Amino acid sequence: MAAAVSRMLIIVAGVALIAGPLAAQTIYPIDRAAILVGARFDFKVEFPAIENQADLKITINGEDYTRQLGKAGQFVENEDGLNASSLVLRDASIDKPGSYKVVASDGTRRSEVTWTVFATGPRVARNVILFIGDGMSIANRTAARILSKGIKEGKYFGKLAIDDMPQMALIGTSGVDSLATDSANSMSAYTTGHKSSVNALGVYAARNKSNFEHPKVETITELAKRKLDLAVGVVSDAEVQDATPAGMVAHTRRRADKPEITQMFLDDRVDVLMGGGSAYFLPKSTPGSKRKDEKNYLEIYQQAGFKLVTTEDALKAAAAEPSTMRLLGLFHPENMDGALDRRILHGTTVAKYPHQPDLVDMTRGAIEVLSRHQNGFLLMVEAGIIDKYLHPLDWERSVYDTIMLDNAVRLAKDFAAKNNDTLVLVTPDHTHGVSLIGTVDDDKPGPEMRDKVGVYEKAGYPNYPAPDADGYPAKVDVSRRLAIFFADFPDYYETFRPKLDKTFNPAVQNEKKEYVANEEYKDVPGAVLRVGNLPHSASDGVHSADDAVLTAIGPGSEMVHGFMDNTEVFQVMVSALGLGRVE
Amino acid sequence: MRRRSLLAIAGFGIALSCLRMTRAGEALRFEEMYKASGVLGLEMSDKLTALNGRPVEILGFMAPPLKPEAAFFVLTHEPVSLCPFCNSDADWPSDIIVVYLRDGVRYTQTNRAIAVVGTLDIGSKLDTKTGFVSLVRLIEADYHSIS
Repeated sequence: MAAAVSRMLIIVAGVALIAGPLAAQTIYPIDRAAILVGARFDFKVEFPAIENQADLKITINGEDYTRQLGKAGQFVENEDGLNASSLVLRDASIDKPGSYKVVASDGTRRSEVTWTVFATGPRVARNVILFIGDGMSIANRTAARILSKGIKEGKYFGKLAIDDMPQMALIGTSGVDSLATDSANSMSAYTTGHKSSVNALGVYAARNKSNFEHPKVETITELAKRKLDLAVGVVSDAEVQDATPAGMVAHTRRRADKPEITQMFLDDRVDVLMGGGSAYFLPKSTPGSKRKDEKNYLEIYQQAGFKLVTTEDALKAAAAEPSTMRLLGLFHPENMDGALDRRILHGTTVAKYPHQPDLVDMTRGAIEVLSRHQNGFLLMVEAGIIDKYLHPLDWERSVYDTIMLDNAVRLAKDFAAKNNDTLVLVTPDHTHGVSLIGTVDDDKPGPEMRDKVGVYEKAGYPNYPAPDADGYPAKVDVSRRLAIFFADFPDYYETFRPKLDKTFNPAVQNEKKEYVANEEYKDVPGAVLRVGNLPHSASDGVHSADDAVLTAIGPGSEMVHGFMDNTEVFQVMVSALGLGRVE
Repeated sequence: MRRRSLLAIAGFGIALSCLRMTRAGEALRFEEMYKASGVLGLEMSDKLTALNGRPVEILGFMAPPLKPEAAFFVLTHEPVSLCPFCNSDADWPSDIIVVYLRDGVRYTQTNRAIAVVGTLDIGSKLDTKTGFVSLVRLIEADYHSIS
């Protein structure tokens, strides 16, 4: 009886194996990939089962793939113990623009994808500066304009530098795996021209076990170095290993590989690197290190010719020194502090790290050093903390950092205006669900804060003091302030007012691993519990799939218009630099 | 008979309070751990190094566990929420304390502050099971909630 049962189970299992629909093979790069002429990519076909190599037929435009790609890939019979075969060809490239139909068959199953290989015209820009406002949403721009320019009777007294640019486009940010994306995937689209998945940088998210073995695609840093020997700078006020700056150089399935990413900037021969994240440069025996090995990257970078600076004054001095060609600026072990804390509130870690430069100082220093290089430069500057404030629903801090980004963009535009040979792009990598709806007026009647929210004609205008010379109002906790709310949130206490002592921390995890409202804010006068509309696993507000607004100026910016996919931003940059010019 | 048992109870009470006193150890605050926190590393305070190997009591918050197999929990100065993507132990604040409990990890509500008592152990050390590198630890520790 028992034997009969087990025999039956075996039969059932066998039927499932035979009759169960096996997914067809997956081809990387994926369908509809747009590939720059000559740019390197890893070609990979993943079969759903163990295959006999002799049964495989892989063609590109009807010919064996080796004819188009110039060499044969490696057949891996049992990849990573998954009982499935793969074919991998590293560092492939295609030199002729056109449409390429890739067909992979194992005799029974067949898959096909089509790639478009595109060329560019001649180089029109000497330099490219890409500004990323991480998570910067429309409400950030509007609020920054109100606070730093002022508004009366519906008209602003001025425009932001990021507004005042001739080209503008809406950017779609979704990825291969999901409508909503993260900063790794979205930055990777800008820097490689390929869509990928949440968490991934410079790779397609395939089935490899090692984060570093997934099919790689070449970054704009690598292209600019290899083809034009441009100088490259990466500046962020987040950790320099954080997703956005890492997107300039990294190839990993997981953005958390920050110790390895520290090395990748060197591998890609970046010339200027500035921001937070010094903890990943310290050997593990140094207190404060976040490495798991004894590598001392402070020494390794200096041996590679970098001048190391850790304060605003040292940065200015080193940048002004004509012999400085490579500069490493590390100003905080983690993410740097934002403009509101550094300039006005003096909270968070400002007292511990009092010599942090502003993003504007870092941008100026980077341009100064990079301009010394003969062949032109590519610079990425990120206002990374905008996003890190929007996540915990701390909009005031995110708006002050938007003003800071705007100041950095003004400086870059002034530089670009001198020779009209620099393309400047300003864009978020993704957005947040955040909106400006009116004002909160403490002087409105009623015991409940919601009745102090002014909507339509009752909103009027806020009473922030006039901004200082850099565009920052000196006081954020005014009696009639902007009413900015979030569309998505965990459980939290809404206080209707700025958090002056430290960044808001809306929710904390309980013993069931669910995020619940942080009771620290329960007793703030007027605070009310808002029951979350996100899963209990969400600790913070999340990214939205809303389009992002990109503005641009300079040679090559004419390509920016209408709605664009984020991978097309890569096309704008490589076209300006002529990186896909076919002789 | 009755008097003897009363004495015994009193004696037990004294023993308990003595035990509590020795177990409580010297109070150490997060702010007292490092005398300098520079960009290029932290410098341990004299108090922290002097207390190495001795029982101390520290108030803080139990952080949400990153890895279920961990035999320790992370004590932080402030309640932390962790970046959902980063998901790496390297994203902890730099002044954390790793706590190995006497009777294994029990999890508590992170909303509430806790007092942890244990033997202070400093210096870079790798937790072989999780690969977690820590600088400051409390071993053979106990904790209780404080409100």
